Amino acid sequence: MSKPKIGVFSFASCEGCQLQLLNYEDDLLDLLGRIDIVNFREAIDEKSNEYTIALVEGSIATESDAEEVREIRENADFLVTIGACAVTTGLNGMRNATTAQDAWKRVYPDREFDENVASQVRRVSEVVQVDFEIPGCPIDRRELLYVITCLLHGQVPRLPTSPVCDECRRAGNPCLLDRGIWCFGSITRSGCGAICPTYGESCCGCRGLLPGAPIEELIEILGKKGMPRDEVIVRLNQFASRDEQVKALTEELRRRRQEVAV
Amino acid sequence: MKKLEVDVHHLTRVEGHGNIKVRVSDGKIEDLRLEIVESPRFFESMLVGRYIDEVPHITARICGICALGHTTAAVRAAENALGWTPPEEVMMLRRLLLDGETIQSHILHVYFLAAPDFFNVGSVIPLATSHPEVVKRALRLKKLGNHTCEILAGRKIHPVSMAVGGFTHWPTKSQFLQVKEMLLQSREDLDETVKLFATLEPPALESPTEYIALRSDSDRYEFVEGRVVSSSGDSVSEEEYLDLITEKTVAHSSARHASTERGCYAVGALARYKINHDRLSPWAAKGAKAMGLTPDAVNPFHNNTAQIVESMQCVEEGLEMVEKLLDVDQPPVYAPLEKKAGVGTAAVEVPRGILFHHYETDDRGVITKANCIIPTGQNQANIEMDLHRFVGNMVKGGKSEDEVRHACEMLVRAYDPCISCSAHFLEVELV
Repeated sequence: MSKPKIGVFSFASCEGCQLQLLNYEDDLLDLLGRIDIVNFREAIDEKSNEYTIALVEGSIATESDAEEVREIRENADFLVTIGACAVTTGLNGMRNATTAQDAWKRVYPDREFDENVASQVRRVSEVVQVDFEIPGCPIDRRELLYVITCLLHGQVPRLPTSPVCDECRRAGNPCLLDRGIWCFGSITRSGCGAICPTYGESCCGCRGLLPGAPIEELIEILGKKGMPRDEVIVRLNQFASRDEQVKALTEELRRRRQEVAV
Repeated sequence: MKKLEVDVHHLTRVEGHGNIKVRVSDGKIEDLRLEIVESPRFFESMLVGRYIDEVPHITARICGICALGHTTAAVRAAENALGWTPPEEVMMLRRLLLDGETIQSHILHVYFLAAPDFFNVGSVIPLATSHPEVVKRALRLKKLGNHTCEILAGRKIHPVSMAVGGFTHWPTKSQFLQVKEMLLQSREDLDETVKLFATLEPPALESPTEYIALRSDSDRYEFVEGRVVSSSGDSVSEEEYLDLITEKTVAHSSARHASTERGCYAVGALARYKINHDRLSPWAAKGAKAMGLTPDAVNPFHNNTAQIVESMQCVEEGLEMVEKLLDVDQPPVYAPLEKKAGVGTAAVEVPRGILFHHYETDDRGVITKANCIIPTGQNQANIEMDLHRFVGNMVKGGKSEDEVRHACEMLVRAYDPCISCSAHFLEVELV
């Protein structure tokens, strides 16, 4: 049986998610025995359009990105987005708070605007049909390996849909909220093993918010801990700026405080 | 060879999207460009309006390979803005983590990205069959770097516990011991690495330039703090970086790149080695000697050699730090810093060279201005100058189009460019 062919592609991102593939130090040689990587600019010279699975990282930030991802969709039987940038726009979504022209002027005042820059940063699923999404910033290596394994065996992968709090409790961590530290674990999809709270850091929602996440309840709790409503909304915008609930809250905040650049 | 054309679209085995274009006619270079065609991300714009404590987590996402370096620069710049000086233990842990990142990044580059050229293959994948011992050694060394960061800071890509004001999690003694064990085991693999690379002859190219790196008042081969020192003799403090380096628009191009008043300059492993070679540990100095690296080196391909020497230096520094950290009885307690108005700059040596972060905050600790000057952005003009010299030599030597293309790719790769980083704010075209 011939090995399944995989292409790895990257758009606006830090390329950290595709780097996770090279970070399988113990399993890399075994993995390479089971799959054929035929397109992976960061690591190999070969550039083939013959692949069944496309792993796509990054947000769609330019018109040429959109064109390219449409071609990848044409070529691939199965398109998997990897990482927050591709799945939810991740941090890149913060750019949408200003117009593309204003963002351009701010970082590059002396250069003419490049028309290729898209007016809005989009997630991949806003441009093409996506078959499976692996969230996170960065993606979890074990999760990627699990998804690849499922695909090799013709099985449908399933990722957790519970909040980060579940994994955090199982890890035996003291609750950050109880210690007076803000945390978005209660409204964020799990699967990361609650790595941030385990290392004493607040969950900032990188895996995306749960559908119908109880944001207002969390805002109330955080208010009692001393974090004002506006600050919660600003921080939610770090990773969840494209979430419908967060968009509505941000609009409300904008109306109230024109000067806050979220 | 009177006429040739090289058009490399999306150069492989580098981080990010770049093109090389060369046109030679009548034996003269008519056009030579290194194009950076990465999607622009506008980080400096996104940072305005954010809270200063968010800076390490946001700027880590500029780059997956050197996330920890960005994080280190971000926390130090933010702390400078808020007027806080970290205790020595915090600096030691930051040094140890940066040692880990530098090892993993250098090993990834020399073995996975650059070495295939010396074996005449297109990637590391065929080497897994033809030279399994080499690939397994590379994987062990890379794992050492990654695991150091994962054990101590939660993650290598986008470290978790490195915060403005210290560490939100202080590693346990057993975590430090695990790292110590891995560092000790790596010595043999690095000795073998030196032996292998001592046999690989880099292409010849004499391309002298100005070199810039950090150098501190201590006797340390410096990565984390110190003065910004140039091979020209200039030396400024980190907050005076703009006295030495200016970013400007170049004629016939809308690209902004960094230069000194003397012109283009190089940063990275070779620049650091040239500025700090007198401070290498005896073992790393021995490695340099075995591979024929000397302080007067002006061949940019020696950047790969310097990366191996630095990997050895980082193992030595890492072991020194881990011993000191094992002796810390009272770990520093983390507390968020009070937010206030301020201005802060930090310069940190990340794998590809000196990195500057600069932030200004208002009295709520909200960022009003941000600036990041990235190693690959600083190297771009220098890479182009090297390409000119290199292509000029090859045209005189009658090399074929294929040979020129392959050599140009190797030269750009030798700098280990990090294009996502360099295009963190805009699309750059170098003409």
